[in-house]
This record gives sequence, C-alpha cells and structure tokens, in this order.
Amino acid sequence: MKRIASSFLEFVRQTGEQLDLFWQVVRRLHHSWRRRAMIADQMYVGGIKVLHVVLLVGFSMGMVVSLQTGIELSRIGQQDQIGLIVAVSMAREMGPFITATILSAAVGSALAAEVGTMAVSEELSALEVMSIDATSYLVLPRLIALAVLCPTLTVLCDTIGIIGGGLVARSQLGVGLELYFDSAIDALQTPGVLIPIPKDVYIGLLKSFVFGIVIAIISCSAGMRTRGGALGVGNATRAAVRDSIILVIILNYFMTWAFYQQN
Amino acid sequence: MTAEVVIRFENVRKAFGKKVVLDGLNLDVHRGETLCVMGPSGTGKSVTLRHIIGLLQPDSGRVFVEGRDMRTIARKDLIDLRKRMGYLWQDGALINWLSAGENVALPLRENTDLPDAEIRRRVIERLDLVHLPDVYDKMPPELSGGMRKRVSLARALVTDPEIVLYDEPNTGLDPEISMSINLLIRELARKLNITSVVVTHLVSCIRVIANRVVLLDAGSIVLDAPPEEFVASEHPRVKRFLRPPHD
Repeated sequence: MKRIASSFLEFVRQTGEQLDLFWQVVRRLHHSWRRRAMIADQMYVGGIKVLHVVLLVGFSMGMVVSLQTGIELSRIGQQDQIGLIVAVSMAREMGPFITATILSAAVGSALAAEVGTMAVSEELSALEVMSIDATSYLVLPRLIALAVLCPTLTVLCDTIGIIGGGLVARSQLGVGLELYFDSAIDALQTPGVLIPIPKDVYIGLLKSFVFGIVIAIISCSAGMRTRGGALGVGNATRAAVRDSIILVIILNYFMTWAFYQQN
Repeated sequence: MTAEVVIRFENVRKAFGKKVVLDGLNLDVHRGETLCVMGPSGTGKSVTLRHIIGLLQPDSGRVFVEGRDMRTIARKDLIDLRKRMGYLWQDGALINWLSAGENVALPLRENTDLPDAEIRRRVIERLDLVHLPDVYDKMPPELSGGMRKRVSLARALVTDPEIVLYDEPNTGLDPEISMSINLLIRELARKLNITSVVVTHLVSCIRVIANRVVLLDAGSIVLDAPPEEFVASEHPRVKRFLRPPHD
C-alpha cells in the first residue's frame, strides 16, 4: 500500500513538473525568433533522420489497411469504397499515430538521452551558473521543432499510405486507380466547422501537433530529471519513450471522442 | 587581512539524507584573495562551492555573497550576481554540440548584445590567455582532458568575473599542464584582482596560488592558515592528510 501511494505521489510530481515545463515554454515563446537556427537544426536532425522510416511504415500500413478491408468489402461487392476507407483511416488515426510513435521512439529517446547526458555531466548546472535559461535554450527549440515536424511528417505519412493502399487496391482487388483516388479525395472533402479545410485533415494535423508537444515535453522533462550516470540516462530514455507512447494513445482516444462523438 | 569580505559562511549546515556534509561551517573570503579548500573526499568541498554559486541552499545557517543572502536573494538578483562569477567544473562541463570557441562564446551570446565580431575577438583573447590559440573550431570530444579544462576556464573568464570558483582544476592532468593551470590561476588573480576559491587536493597547487588554505574535515574547518604555515603545520589531522602514514 505504501509503495502504491509513493508511486502515485511520484506520478503526480512528474506530471506537475511536465505541466510546469510546458507552461515555462509557453511563457518563452517570444524567444522563438532568437532560437530560429537551433529550431532549424532540430527539425533537420529530427525530420530527415526519421523521414524514410515514416514513409516506409506509412506505405506499409496503407497497403495493409487496403488489403484487409478490401478483402471484406469485396465479399459484399463494395470494394469501390476502399479509397474512402484508406483515406479516412490514414488521415484520422493511422497517420498521426504512426508518426507520433516513430517520433517518440527515434527522436524522443534521443532527446531524453541528450538532455539526460547533459544533466549527469553537469552541463545543465553549467548553463544555470552562466545565467543561461535552459528552458529557452534547450526545451523551446526542441518543442517547436517537434510541434512543426509531427504534422508535417503526418501529411507525408497520410499521402504515402493512401498511395500504398491504391497500389494494393489495383493489384489485389481490381479497383482502378482513378476510382480509388476519386473515392479517397471525396472522403476527405467533409468541410471543417472551425477552419475552411477538410475536417479529417485538420483534426489529424491537430492531433499530430499535440503529439509533437507531448513527446518534446515528456522527453525533455525526463532528461532534465536524470540522476546517476549512464544507468540514469538509460532509465530516462526508456521512461520518455514509454510515457510518450502511453500519453499519445490516451490523448488520441480523447481527441477522437471530442471531435467525432456526434458523428 | 582587512579587505572587504566577499563571501561569508555563517554556521552553515547541509546534509544529504542522513549524511551531514557541512556541519556549522564558518568561513570568510576577502576581495582579491585566493582561498584554497583542501580535505579528504566527501567532506563538502564541492558542496561549499555550490553554496556560493547558489546551486545548493543550506539546511541552516546563511551564505552571503557580495552581501546578498543566497537563501533569500531574488531570482533576478541571483542571475545578475552569477553573471559576475565564473565556475570551473571538474570535468569541464562543455556543451558537447558546440565547438570550443562557441562554448566560450556562449555566456556572451546569451547574456549580452555584443556584435559577433566583438564576441569572437574576446573569445580568441581568452583562448590565448589559457594557451589554446588554435582550438576555436574543435569539438569537445577532439580535445584532451587538460584542453577541455582550459576551454572551460576560458569560458569562466570570458565575462570578466570578479569571483571565480575552481572545482579541482588539476584533477586528471599531467604535472606540466597542472602547473601551467596553477600559474594561470595565479596570473589571473593578480592581473584582474579576481577573488578565487579553489578546491584542490594538491600541495603543489596551494604553494603556487593560495593566499590562504583551509582544511575541511567532517563538515567544518580544522585549520585556516597561509600556505607555508599550512604545509608545515603539526596539527595531527593536517599531518595525516598531507603526509598519510604508509602502514
């Protein structure tokens, strides 16, 4: 019982630290222009290095969704609808989730390890002693980079997934590419209430934007809390990836519920 | 010494869990002097430095730097105070993705509006001062331990600090580089009238740089004396520390 209580208190403390870190970054958003070079560096490092993974996984997932759903639809003669199903699945759920998971594993872990190594080698203390604001110098550029990267990669993931689905629809299900893409584009035409772009597209991008912020905050926070040398860095990295993916899944559900519950 | 007191510890106690590291420490450091802090491992030497720079707060007692109580100092005043201080870290604590020159430039880029050309001029000047004229573009992993330490020293000095804290400046260095760092610390203290607190284990270091030496043991001061007197002391604890029995 004591252990459960102490784990719960630790969870509350960590959540409080993460929320506080997010608030501290929000208060420093006006430093963004000054940090533009670091933001660009982070986007390059985080974006280019995972681009091929996102494209490969997105392409494969589009093919899998197309094949699995197409087989069932063809039993009832509805395989013409495959474009609609692949497009909606990719834009609403698969694209944002796949991208966020890859970013958590590839970029979030690297980020936690990098900041964690700085913590154990006293570089964070050195920044503090030099009166350099670590939140502005380290966290802000990484958060902005991930908040921009995640939706950008999601668009690419959605697109390549839909293309992959189309190739399977043509080769395995006998659905023409023109019909497939017409159906996919039609599916993404539902106008948004808030902004004049299709609802499925902007909600998917909104999810990605939130996921990018979540990954950056959890990873930086885990890194900054690191104690105890190489073992501590390993623990921080593992915790960052685990917590990011769990929170992405939970937030994904609640955002889907919030935006689609009336449909 | 009658010079103004810059750093004062008043009955400072600090414990980590059950381990008491500082136990009623009283200590004054005067302007322009170089104080060396010696003592066995784990007796609170680095903890003393961290209290001065405000990275740690005492459990009880008070630490004053330039007359400011470090426990109650406002965040903004602490930031201003730290801009007047330099800190040499035991392992250098260089930012790994910045070149040596950019590491030295960092406090100037972040805390001043100086133009790039002026920052570069000052950085090159400081790197020359620590006898590293050709390392501006080298990355930290390309530097030896001694070079990293000297780059860190250049970074600590680039803002023209009035107080510099040195945490084991000679650890892991060969005798030649170690002596060159000692001479450099002495030269800087004399030239720029810097107040220095140096944590060290080496008698060779205190002989060259110290105006005063204290031996810390079990969280408090055993002896506070000029270096010649300290080295010649017949105090049993000092003798045991400086000349440990072989058997």
